[in-house]
Amino acid sequence: MVIKTEPFVLNFGPQHPSTHGVFRMRVTLDGEVVVNIEPMFGYLHRGIEKLVEGRTYHQIIPVTDRLDYTASMSNNLAYVMAVEKLAGITVPERAQYIRVIMAELQRIAAHQLAVGAFTNDCGCFFTPFLYMWREREKIVDLFDMVSGQRLTYNYMRLGGVSHDVPQRFLDALAIFVKKMPEYIDEYDRLLAENEILLARSKGVGILSKELAVNASVSGPVLRASGVKWDLRRADPYLVYDRFDFEIPTGTVGDCYDRYRVRIEEMRQSVRIIKQALEHLPEGPVKSDLPAVIYPPEGEAYGHIESPKGELGFYLVSRGGVSPYRMHIRPPTLINLTALRDMIIGWKVADAIVIFGSIDICLGEVDR
Amino acid sequence: MTLPANWPGNNFWWHFIVFTLIVIVFVFGMAMVFIYLERRGSGRFQARVGPNRTGPFGVMQPVADAVKALAKETITPDKADKWVYWLAPVVAFAPVMMVFAVIPLFDGAMLADLNIGILYIAAISSVSIVGLVMAGWASNNKYSLLGAMRVIAQVVSYEIPLGLAILSVVLLAGSLSLTDIVNAQNIPFILLQPLGFLVFYMASSAEINRSPFDLLEAESEIVAGYNIEYSGMKFALFYLVEYCEALAMSAIIATIFLGGWRGPFLWPILWFLIKVVAVFFLIVWVRSTLPRLRIDQVMGFAWKFLLPVSLLNVFITAVQVVYFPTLQWPIIIINFVVLIVLVVLWSRLYRFGSRLHASGGGRVEL
Repeated sequence: MVIKTEPFVLNFGPQHPSTHGVFRMRVTLDGEVVVNIEPMFGYLHRGIEKLVEGRTYHQIIPVTDRLDYTASMSNNLAYVMAVEKLAGITVPERAQYIRVIMAELQRIAAHQLAVGAFTNDCGCFFTPFLYMWREREKIVDLFDMVSGQRLTYNYMRLGGVSHDVPQRFLDALAIFVKKMPEYIDEYDRLLAENEILLARSKGVGILSKELAVNASVSGPVLRASGVKWDLRRADPYLVYDRFDFEIPTGTVGDCYDRYRVRIEEMRQSVRIIKQALEHLPEGPVKSDLPAVIYPPEGEAYGHIESPKGELGFYLVSRGGVSPYRMHIRPPTLINLTALRDMIIGWKVADAIVIFGSIDICLGEVDR
Repeated sequence: MTLPANWPGNNFWWHFIVFTLIVIVFVFGMAMVFIYLERRGSGRFQARVGPNRTGPFGVMQPVADAVKALAKETITPDKADKWVYWLAPVVAFAPVMMVFAVIPLFDGAMLADLNIGILYIAAISSVSIVGLVMAGWASNNKYSLLGAMRVIAQVVSYEIPLGLAILSVVLLAGSLSLTDIVNAQNIPFILLQPLGFLVFYMASSAEINRSPFDLLEAESEIVAGYNIEYSGMKFALFYLVEYCEALAMSAIIATIFLGGWRGPFLWPILWFLIKVVAVFFLIVWVRSTLPRLRIDQVMGFAWKFLLPVSLLNVFITAVQVVYFPTLQWPIIIINFVVLIVLVVLWSRLYRFGSRLHASGGGRVEL
């Protein structure tokens, strides 16, 4: 006898512990197997792109903090770089080094959150997550020293950074750089060879090289698929061309590769910070600018390698105090376009793992 | 410490009433201790403090949890199957309590010294799953239905290696009575039966839905599984079931593998409690270390790994019992070698990670 079965529709989110915010998936299941998914987003839409049209170029910086709130520094950086390109502002060298340090610290912090949340999606009961949180807390403390904030730093300024870093920041950073590789080894010991983690993530959710490139995926997700593309090398900005670091890539493009790439990137970031700290020049950290700037008419696109991928700001100026139009290229929204191809055919549990391995932030997806 | 021959408990009804009370106090008291240990213990495992606001070192946390759960409104979903929904926590809870009837706290101190004690446990402990399935079905929620589907598949599969692991102990002891099993353990059976212990531990972890087999309440996937719609007292009852099951499992392992109440110097009851807590500590440790398996991996593990290994173990034990009944210490060494060889060999044969990597994993072609 054949029992008649039919697929049923399950609504994942927006209130679900594994949606990393308010993401929603309408999943069609055949038993445990996902036969179709329909991603829905926009629950966190705040109209940031419209909002900024009524603000001066300086006033937009705190708004960018609210995009990807797990990596505010990177958002700040991408935005100020776009404006600097638009208005032709030069940045003192010390400020460029400080920006590199901040961006790399932010990358470590964001990857810690990403890997921690990913292991939670694999079913770890918060242990790796909280281990990573332990060191992330130190990074947040470092940011607190320079900006007085723990989440939305608002530290970058047009033509530099808001304040010079205090001495105690440099001291604490030196200790952090020395200790951090040990901590990363500790994560590796806990997770890298864990048979269950391997079983859950190896070969799961493979994103092929071709699809990754065609879907315009960027960041660790792209590099895990084996494409050696990192804006810090491909289109060097700030002073990245002076540092010696490697771009880790995966081979298969499965969830495990994405996890590995993130762990390796943390190591490389520590390397960059170490070099930047050694060669940190003296000098001003901010170029003299009026409180309100009037960039010339024109367009500019500034992009950086944010922890989650290529974060770009496209600005159109008509010569006024505020941009005529600003468009944000959010890396995770574009990474999400490959989600459907990756998930279909896997089980519910895998769908969560694959989704977690993309590492999205809804503040950025919905804007 | 044995009970005096003339104590009133020798009267059947006295014995019944006194030990019913003792079992209830023991179960609720230990469940409280376990909740505290789990919350505080996993806090320490996770590099955080854990509860520390209620009483010294947060020892009153279970009480605070209970009061909170009791004070909450009990909500019944509109489309729920009311009777089944209402009955499910009770059906889940009662069998777990019944398990403790045959567990000896110390020599003779048990509600009923059944001569088929271990068989009774194997039978009764799987009944509480019916309650979970009822809850999952009656809630009329898709997540809880998924949880219920998983629990049936999982528990039915793991009953078999569980039974076989028990069988290997029974072969050694030559009796199904728990008192006899404890008395037979001049050397704790964990040494004579390391593989049996391992199989039993893993199978019963799956049976009571603890990590890494906690699929039916997988928080990151199906939120809370079968109990997603429950609140207030009904939820508290499910919460209690979870810890009572863990307690039952710890008590059974302590009894049949760690020598029950036997041990030098201390009171027997203390030895028993120490062993129970030690086993529970192991559970908490595993829970805070390992990720969760996927449903097909869990099923595969039961049928492809645990079942053949435990069958072989029963065979080897039977041979040892029949042909070398007097050997003790050499058998320990042989059995540890058997454990290592079997686990290594079978892991090679049946290893998820490397094999799946080559074949593209568990993807279903649509």
